[in-house]
Amino acid sequence: MSDKKIIIAGLAIFFVLITFPFWINMGKAANAPELILAPTAQAAMDSGEGCVLPLDEMRANHMQILDLWRHSVVRNAERIYVGADGKEYNMSLSNTCLDCHSNKADFCDRCHNYASVTPYCWDCHIDNPKGE
Amino acid sequence: MNAKYMYSFLAVLALFFLAYLGVRVPGLPVVFGILLPYAAVIIFIIGVGNRIMGWARSAVPFRITTTCGQQKSLSWIEQNKIDNPSSKGAVIVRMLLEVLCFRSLFRNTRIKMKEGPKLTYHLEIFLWIGALAFHYAFLVTILRHLRLFTEPVPYLIRLLETVDSFFRLEILYDVVQIGLPGVFISGFVLLAAAVYLFLRRLFIPQVKYISLAADYFPLFLIMGIAFTGIFMRYFSKVNVAAAKELAMGLVTFSPHIPESSISGVFYAHLLFVCVLLAYFPFSKLMHMGGIFLSPTRNLPGNTREVRHINPWNYPVKVHSYEAYEDDFREKMIEAGLPVVKQPAETAPEEKE
Amino acid sequence: MSDLPKPEDFAPKTYRPGSTDWMDVPAEIRKGIACYAGNPKSLEAVGLPNPRTWSCFDEDWQLPENWQQIIHEGFKERLEKFRSFKVFMDICVRCGACADKCHFFIGTGDPKNMPVLRAELIRSVYRNDFTKVGKILGRLGGARPMTIDVLKEWWSYLFQCTECRRCSVFCPYGIDTAEITMMGRELLNLLGLNIDWIATPVANCNRTGNHLGIQPHAFKDMLDFFVDDIEEITGIHVDPQYNKVGADILFITPSGDVFADPGTYTCMGYLLLFHFLKEKYGLDVTWSTYASEGGNFGSFTSHEMMKRLNAKMYREAQRLGVKWIIGGECGHMWRVITQYMDTMNGPADFMETPVNPITGTRFEHAKSTKMIHITEFTADLIKHGKLDLDPGRNDNLRVTFHDSCNPSRGMGLLEEPRYVIKNVCNEFYDMPANTIREQTFCCGSGSGLNAGEDMELRMAGGMPRANAVKYVHEKHDVNTLATICAIDRAALPDLMSYWVPEVEVYGVHEMVGNALIMPNEQERTTDLRGEPLPGMEEADE
Repeated sequence: MSDKKIIIAGLAIFFVLITFPFWINMGKAANAPELILAPTAQAAMDSGEGCVLPLDEMRANHMQILDLWRHSVVRNAERIYVGADGKEYNMSLSNTCLDCHSNKADFCDRCHNYASVTPYCWDCHIDNPKGE
Repeated sequence: MNAKYMYSFLAVLALFFLAYLGVRVPGLPVVFGILLPYAAVIIFIIGVGNRIMGWARSAVPFRITTTCGQQKSLSWIEQNKIDNPSSKGAVIVRMLLEVLCFRSLFRNTRIKMKEGPKLTYHLEIFLWIGALAFHYAFLVTILRHLRLFTEPVPYLIRLLETVDSFFRLEILYDVVQIGLPGVFISGFVLLAAAVYLFLRRLFIPQVKYISLAADYFPLFLIMGIAFTGIFMRYFSKVNVAAAKELAMGLVTFSPHIPESSISGVFYAHLLFVCVLLAYFPFSKLMHMGGIFLSPTRNLPGNTREVRHINPWNYPVKVHSYEAYEDDFREKMIEAGLPVVKQPAETAPEEKE
Repeated sequence: MSDLPKPEDFAPKTYRPGSTDWMDVPAEIRKGIACYAGNPKSLEAVGLPNPRTWSCFDEDWQLPENWQQIIHEGFKERLEKFRSFKVFMDICVRCGACADKCHFFIGTGDPKNMPVLRAELIRSVYRNDFTKVGKILGRLGGARPMTIDVLKEWWSYLFQCTECRRCSVFCPYGIDTAEITMMGRELLNLLGLNIDWIATPVANCNRTGNHLGIQPHAFKDMLDFFVDDIEEITGIHVDPQYNKVGADILFITPSGDVFADPGTYTCMGYLLLFHFLKEKYGLDVTWSTYASEGGNFGSFTSHEMMKRLNAKMYREAQRLGVKWIIGGECGHMWRVITQYMDTMNGPADFMETPVNPITGTRFEHAKSTKMIHITEFTADLIKHGKLDLDPGRNDNLRVTFHDSCNPSRGMGLLEEPRYVIKNVCNEFYDMPANTIREQTFCCGSGSGLNAGEDMELRMAGGMPRANAVKYVHEKHDVNTLATICAIDRAALPDLMSYWVPEVEVYGVHEMVGNALIMPNEQERTTDLRGEPLPGMEEADE
């Protein structure tokens, strides 16, 4: 039948479209981004001190923590965050987070780029407050 | 209580717990994260291919276009080229409007009968809106998930994400915190539309009457997909990098379960998607392909102008003129009707 | 119609189906709804299977032993032969958009008259017999095995569908219940399950060329009556030609126009028109007694029977050596001519692309079938000013137009008849937009259902149409329902007298006949019905 060709062509186009992720990545290694910890952060990790929350929680929830921090500081003028282990932190992206994670490009950006996330932190904050 | 949707609902609930709890068993993440997704994709592709080719194998003996407008006839009568197409190009326009805008559904009306009896017709546009919202939200949701399947993420996908999260919505209380990461409107529209489509099956008596378990099941499944997705993104949070690592492993054929853990909700989400993919070719969801093959829409209404060929056209027994004349010759002659053969030429015996 | 409920007792429907699952509600085959079974003699005459005397009200339908196998194999064959059938079985999502588009559902409130459910009656068996999911899930998957009760349900509801295709307009996938009903009726016919108002016309059409079985001499007699009537009214003796070899044009109209009022007046309109054209322009048109039926009751039986009956048109055209064919005002006849004839019985190479010799118009859109609709022909003549018309003679008629299902949704003949009407009448009012053109409502009696015994069904099914007529009757004082379909002309008078008794049914060419000023005619005092013309009421006394 004459329309069989058209149907097969249509079907082929459809399959090409839906297998897009398979062929677009052809021959690529799909390694997860390797995050480089800045020396201070590395030291905290090595010493077992860790971040403000356990690693898994930080990976999934850090954006929400930052949001809450901003809210507390800007709306409620509360600057002290008590971590899970009772340790107190100054709620500040520039002064606390970036103090350890001073390498935005190799730390923040790698994951964000990988997951196609564009946080608006940097609309206001500069990524290198200490000017290093 | 209606067994049809209860069974469907329970089936989806069971799927959720199967994955949610299942991944806690060592070794099973490989099943849920690698084996089932591959199996689902294979079933989907082979299944859809088979189904479409099954339709393609059936003949199209007649051009049975449903004409929904003025035909092409006299030059001074304006033809409705889209609803009664007479050329291939116009058919393509008609099909595009049908596929992209659900044109036929847009015609929908609702009837009411009052005392008298008196019929009135009412605008019924909600099914059209709901269907459009549902399908387009689903499409956008699928497309923006490509960020998890591509590295680097193509510009168009990132653009779509930007558009989808255009409305910055942040709700920040001690109890509820929504808004980070940025809210994708498509997910919520998808969930809302699916719920609407479910509720109309539940509350419109006629639609409830015709609904099968097979109508509820995919709706619950899609609600489940949307719900787990939303829940993961805005509430329970998930390690997106790890999710992407898993997804990228699958599409680069180097599958592995990431070291950093991914929540059970993620696996439930994934299982729902796998079940939907595998279920697709065997269900009414094939309307996605079927609409392209619907002979009342995809053929031009120009049968009087261009002959359509029936591949299995076979000769039939026809009562011929000769047989007819033999039957009625005397009477025809008596009535002064012309005949081909004169009575003398025919067999001598009397006709009735 | 004595058993009929009165129109004022017609209770408004709420359209709320019961709570019992539809698969558990057996079909109720009852008088007033069901049609009588096909006469075995008619079945024998054309070789349809299982001829016997039976009744749908009997418990035992006298089916062949292996009827389930016959249905299964017939089903399978049709799935392969008709992509439409297979796709329509597979892709319905049961969105319900079609539900209240069916005139039978609107009129009866019976949920199984929702197009979607009518199709599900068959789909449920399809799932059981031909899909894996249906086999595994059974009833939960919407599947059910073919039983005698299911078969009776099929028969009942497939003969409560007029194949009007209104649902198909609204379906987002274009699912056409007419197509499903046609397949279902083909399957039923394999078992000898049909109705007499289809089977006997089929047998008659096959033998005599027309559905009432009128033999050629009687056919001519009928036309002679009209010739006499016309002479009385106009003083003109028209002289139709029959079976004329070498004529330019063959004219085929549904035989209903020859035998039953008010179609007969339409027939007089044709006679006047052709006589006018012959006198003035020398147009050479012939009638045929062999192909004397435009309507095709075969299309309500099976595709094969459709082809058998339709074949006569081209055969006769070839035998007579005409250049092309004009078809009269008929509904499903034009669905067959438009969408089936050329494919089934063409190519009609022995004819020419129709050209109106009077206006020079080439009917390019019919260059393959070589057959044009009489309203296309007449509209073309009027547009070129070739007819002498006095629309004032129709001034007693306040007209609305009923689009017939098949010319609307299987052809798209919408403007041509309106153009003709507006040129032969001064008062024309369309019905509301939801009820005309491609959204037109069926008369409720199409596809062979215009029998006498199913009057209750017909009056209910025609209710939406009648309701729209009533609307323009009340708003614009409309008293005339113009049609271009013989079944309409047979069925709508009953419908009107039931619902809107003040409205009379006319064929478009009856009004043309009234308005047409014949050369040398006497002053007319009456219309073709013998009723006084406007302004002539006194002269009549």
